[in-house]
Amino acid sequence: MTWVNDVVHGILLGGVYALLASGLALMFGVMRIINLAHGSLALVGAYMAFLCTEHLHISTYLALAPVLPGALIVGYLLQRTMLERSLRAGPLVPLLTTFGLLIVIANLLQYSFSPDVHSLGEGRIGLATFDVSSTLTIAWFDVLTFGVAVVVLVGLQLVLRYSQLGRELRATAADPDTAELVGVNARAVYARATAIAVATAALAGVFYGMRSGFDPNSGANELLYAFEAVVIGGIGSLWGTLWGGIVLGVAQAVGAQINTEYFALSGHVVFLVVLVGRVALQSQLVVPRLRRAQA
Amino acid sequence: MTAAATPATVRVERWTPLSVAFTGGLAGLLVVLAFAPFVLGENSQNNLIQLYFLVILAVMWNALAGYGGLVSVGQQGFIGIGAYGVVFLSLQHGLNPYLSMLLAALIGGVVAIPVALIVLWLRAGAFAIATWVVAEAFAILVSLDPNPAIGGGTGTSALLPFNLRYTPTQRLHDTYWAALGAVAVLLLLLFVLLRSRLGGSLQAIRDDEEAAASVGVRVLLGKGILFVVAGAGCAAAGTVILAWQLSILPLGPDSIFGINWTAKMIFMVLVGGLGTFEGPILGAVALYVIQTYGPNGGVWYFVLLGGIAIGFALLMPRGIWGTIQSRFNVQLLPVGFRLRTGDR
Repeated sequence: MTWVNDVVHGILLGGVYALLASGLALMFGVMRIINLAHGSLALVGAYMAFLCTEHLHISTYLALAPVLPGALIVGYLLQRTMLERSLRAGPLVPLLTTFGLLIVIANLLQYSFSPDVHSLGEGRIGLATFDVSSTLTIAWFDVLTFGVAVVVLVGLQLVLRYSQLGRELRATAADPDTAELVGVNARAVYARATAIAVATAALAGVFYGMRSGFDPNSGANELLYAFEAVVIGGIGSLWGTLWGGIVLGVAQAVGAQINTEYFALSGHVVFLVVLVGRVALQSQLVVPRLRRAQA
Repeated sequence: MTAAATPATVRVERWTPLSVAFTGGLAGLLVVLAFAPFVLGENSQNNLIQLYFLVILAVMWNALAGYGGLVSVGQQGFIGIGAYGVVFLSLQHGLNPYLSMLLAALIGGVVAIPVALIVLWLRAGAFAIATWVVAEAFAILVSLDPNPAIGGGTGTSALLPFNLRYTPTQRLHDTYWAALGAVAVLLLLLFVLLRSRLGGSLQAIRDDEEAAASVGVRVLLGKGILFVVAGAGCAAAGTVILAWQLSILPLGPDSIFGINWTAKMIFMVLVGGLGTFEGPILGAVALYVIQTYGPNGGVWYFVLLGGIAIGFALLMPRGIWGTIQSRFNVQLLPVGFRLRTGDR
């Protein structure tokens, strides 16, 4: 029964990762920008929510009201000031500048908030649980997180497919010059999409912070988990991101059941195994043999 | 060493009088530096050891990013393997610590082979994060080692194997020579590699991978050789770091497997000049100066490194040396080819 428990909790844990990964999937999958500071921006969201709860004495959920619009502005400015210039300078430059940003954010957070572990209160729902069976108990907070992840992913999918912004974004990603020719303001579109991605990151950071403690260096793990979810699920697919998050969550939960120290390691191993599997499938080693078998 | 070119007025130039003088000068400098332990005090030797491993790290990261177009944020994985390799060989198996350093650097190169097979298929950002995941996995695996002398989050120390065989003064001298030797060997290896056919094909890969592949450049082989050399080089730097600071931690951003090493590498290469042979050496000197006369470690040190790196990436992408090179058309260590027109 413990295994069933682990799988169920792993699936729910996957919701946090899918939420973290959604903004990364939007930027990496659609816009082809890899933002190494994605996890750090999520972490900044959590710290800002922490400030709101400390000084305004409001609940973490209410703190989202100032944090999310703030994240939208940060994302917009990030694209207009740093990423836009980086993209023009070449494909590798965004990696270098966002890595620099990651280091700067981690150390500024350490300066402002000390290296200690902080956490965010989950409110009344944080304590509520329900029993599925005599051995399987599920926390309502986990269900809420998973639900938020699904809503965000569905929302992003709808925006991408049906909205003006989504169409312009896909057009710009496919061919920025032609998109400009037909009247798309590519810079503004990318800035708005980055704003959305950073807002989802901040939202994910707040939920991550309610789930587990965070410190100034947590941004690295948040980035790695988000990226692993994106790659396991398949780059460019928002739904795949949810599956990727679930696979990662289950891998970590099952790994932790074997030995609590295997938590992160088992996720990394599953990620690398998926990479190797995909390489083997794509490379000349396996594919011709499969084709021959079919013929 | 000028090769014949088709029109009489155009010739391909590799060595110039300036570059001959400078390369000779650098070789001479390395020989002179080898006598430093007889002249300089302990502090100066310790400082130079720091400079040496910074030079190795900068040159190796630049080999990947500047020549192979491979932005790795996981080279700290190889630094850690080098350092822990020395502990493993000298503490657990009783080998001479300096022999262990040599072997651990080679182990870094060997480990890089399977890693290359996994990550080299990935492009730009995916490659970067995958290397980081590999480095994290290495760090966790090492910290989980059942041997208490190696595993555990509290780290380990190589004080015992060094002290069993050497007095502190001997250790300092030998570590100094080992570090200088590593710099000399790795610089020479890279210089020869980049001047060979591989150097040309690597630049073709960096500029346009598909086009390079279409004219017969073996893209994966070229990148793989670089990745293995960089793995061994970073492991070599890791062995020097271990011999210099003796105790190491496995986990956390400031540990031997920590991401802060990548921050330093990116800083040195961007400031010095990405894709130039001389630039990273200059960048290592710049970082050394900051560490010596400004903050060393701590919050503001890394805010400074990250901020300056962003500034250089956006405003001066060629770095200091690249800018000088393009303005004055000089190359001190000739790894490229230059076309000269006219009789001279």
